Amino acid sequence: MSEPLLKIERLGKRFGGFVALDSVDLAVAPGERLGLIGPNGSGKSTLVNCICGTLRNETGEVSFDGAQIDRLTAHDRTRLGLARSFQLPRPFMSMTVAENLHVPLIYTVGARADHHLSAAELDTRCMELLALVALDGKARHNPRDLTQVEMRKLELARAVAAEPKLLIADEAMAGLSHSEVEDIVKLLIRLNERGITVIMIEHIMRAVMAFSQRLAVLVSGKKIADGKPDDVIKDKDVVGAYLGT
Amino acid sequence: MDFTLLMNAVIAGLLLGVFYAAMTAGISISFGMLDVVNIAHPAFIILGSYIAYIVNSNYGVDPIVVSILALPAFYALGAAVYQIFYISFEKRGQDSLRGLAFFFGLLFVTEVFLVLTFGVDYRTVDASYIGLSLRLGGVELPLRLLVPCVVALVMFAALQLFLGRTFIGRAVMAVSQDALALRLMAVDPTRIKRIAFGISIATASLAGAFLIIIQPVIPSVGRDYIGRIFAICVLGGLGSLPGTLIAALLLGVIESITSTFYGPSWAPAVSFGILLLTLAVRPSGLFGR
Amino acid sequence: MRTPFFILIEVAIAVALYLLLHFFGNDYLFFAGYTVLQFIVLATAWNILGGYCGYVNFGSAGFFAIGAYTSVFLFTLGQAPEDVFPASILPAMQVIFPLPVPIIIVVAGVMAGLVGLGTGYLTLRLRGVFFAIATLALAVVLQTLVVNWSFVGGSRGAYVIPPNTVPVFGPYIQYLFALMLLLSIVALTSARLIERSNLGVGFATIRDDELAAEACGVPTLKLKLIATVLSGALMGMAGAPFPFYIGYTEPGSVFDLGYAINSIAMPMIGGTTSWAGPLIGAILLGTLQQAATVTISSAANLLLVGILLIAFVIAAPSGIVGLWQKWFGKRAKR
Repeated sequence: MSEPLLKIERLGKRFGGFVALDSVDLAVAPGERLGLIGPNGSGKSTLVNCICGTLRNETGEVSFDGAQIDRLTAHDRTRLGLARSFQLPRPFMSMTVAENLHVPLIYTVGARADHHLSAAELDTRCMELLALVALDGKARHNPRDLTQVEMRKLELARAVAAEPKLLIADEAMAGLSHSEVEDIVKLLIRLNERGITVIMIEHIMRAVMAFSQRLAVLVSGKKIADGKPDDVIKDKDVVGAYLGT
Repeated sequence: MDFTLLMNAVIAGLLLGVFYAAMTAGISISFGMLDVVNIAHPAFIILGSYIAYIVNSNYGVDPIVVSILALPAFYALGAAVYQIFYISFEKRGQDSLRGLAFFFGLLFVTEVFLVLTFGVDYRTVDASYIGLSLRLGGVELPLRLLVPCVVALVMFAALQLFLGRTFIGRAVMAVSQDALALRLMAVDPTRIKRIAFGISIATASLAGAFLIIIQPVIPSVGRDYIGRIFAICVLGGLGSLPGTLIAALLLGVIESITSTFYGPSWAPAVSFGILLLTLAVRPSGLFGR
Repeated sequence: MRTPFFILIEVAIAVALYLLLHFFGNDYLFFAGYTVLQFIVLATAWNILGGYCGYVNFGSAGFFAIGAYTSVFLFTLGQAPEDVFPASILPAMQVIFPLPVPIIIVVAGVMAGLVGLGTGYLTLRLRGVFFAIATLALAVVLQTLVVNWSFVGGSRGAYVIPPNTVPVFGPYIQYLFALMLLLSIVALTSARLIERSNLGVGFATIRDDELAAEACGVPTLKLKLIATVLSGALMGMAGAPFPFYIGYTEPGSVFDLGYAINSIAMPMIGGTTSWAGPLIGAILLGTLQQAATVTISSAANLLLVGILLIAFVIAAPSGIVGLWQKWFGKRAKR
């Protein structure tokens, strides 16, 4: 792989006596669609949190776009182009749907460009993003009024609003219906076609297989497989982890 | 340096420390294990002091006995307060701002109510052991410190046994870590929290009796202890009873030495200074999880 | 409504109010009004950190006291500069001192702001609840320091004797009242400006969900520090004229618990999401307390405030402003 966009080397994280991540190595190429799977409690969310800065990794290194980012705060990492959606959507409840998107536009895009986006610019970009996820009709609503899938889309839209180079979608499809899952997968592919590298963390195998160009598997804090999706799902360690041999 | 003076200061500090630990035990449970920031806890302690005072001055009953008799009432009070807190805030998922404001209001209302009822004269209690001291090899052990100390240690042991050995006790320890797992075991987390909070307020009854034996009491005394209590709680590590005890002993000794050699007016700053320092340097405390 | 227009309205109301009281001629109204204005500033200041960002400050009395004791310090200094300054700079100091009250107010604001910065830096990286506890601690530490500092009077207290009358305003209390009016305008205008700015958006995200805010690029620590400094500075400025108002300043009256409970109760009862909330809360509770102190007792009026706080926090969490919005249906946020 030529210079990876995201490089994780020997990443380790413990909580007291519990080892959540054990020397994980992972590299993501620019423009790639990576799927990350693993049983519950395998450390996927911890990994995302360490990449994005919500948690500090204890050992190992995280590099993004050629620079080491371990010491950076979460908001600095977002400004560098690393965005994530949360497993359980966390919209800002005191604001409308549109205002939710204003936040990354003001504080990430505006901060990067070093000039304040005018109210008109904010509005235009906001409506563009909402149209992308088919939420433009609900711009003035409170997030409380959204359905499950709409909340997930808002969550993704908010991450995309930060104009990221890399987007991590953390279980964005849990609990959705068949067609809703397809909806989100199509959205993520569309975002990827626009140039955003995407890491999809999911349990829904159908979605992962449809989406991923490469698949990595995390079990008990260790990466046990990493390669072409078709090869990985046949790997005996992976099968064992899921079926418990 | 006068060695006897130092020894006496250290001993007094240790005795005080156990007493501080008794004051803090309740918060260790409510804040450390249940994550409920009950800053009104000192108010309940003062309430306990005044109840001990009333019964003691009218019927001559020993204050500690009074506080033990009052345990069920305090438990019920705690359970009721938690229920209100739960319905109004926790269930609604409200930001912690309102919960804090609620308890602050409670602290305040209790104090002012006591002022209106009892005035601002210092109140004390009478008991056979107050005024007497044990002398052990040059060191003086005032009984008014020693007796509450011993009872407090018994209370501590009882709490620790309860938390470690009984089903409900272990459920209390579990509820802060994993309420969902508790539900899966067909245990209602809310009920557990209510029981635990009730127990935490019950400790205030005993702590109140200790307080009024050790020193004269007016309604505002509670606020003097907020700093000590939270300093101990944070220093000891949230949710650890043994940690609370050790931190309390440390604080007691440091405060006592400061008081003896630099004057008592610096005492409040000691605990708060320790609190600020701990928060800045090691927020998880000495034994925190 | 654009800000300059808003300021114009504020100034107009302020001037009208002042002239009204001036022609009534009763000094008591000025004394009572001063207390209410003081609360407007304290409540608004508290709300910038508490209501907008969601971080509770229990130590309002501490910041208030920093302001008051900066005044006492500077005043005492000004009374006898020859006792403190070396001969080389004494002539210059004798020209500068005694400092006029408006300058003292600004210095007090800076001092309080710095303390806010320091406390915030130590504790704002932790959960909000630890910040709240630390502010409690701060007030007590400050009180202990003051009590042990003889230059500002220690526990015995200090006398600050202002002149009886001032040019233009007449009785000194009217001058202080006017200063407080100005301070109120500054506080309310700042709060409103923040609300409508990107800063206000940032504050709201911190209150709603700090983790998500960081993920969106909001520099939460920096914003929290800004809020703490602004809030603390305003409280300090509210406290600066106090020694001149009361004449005899001793720690008990400055570190009064009433300041802590009121600066929390007024915004929470008035409504924390808008600049109007603390204003309404301060006026309502402030006048209520003045009436209760006079008719019942000062302890009883505090009891009332505490009960109202609990009641509102349980039953009407959005305060009076929230109730208003519910009854009259505000359309902007559905």
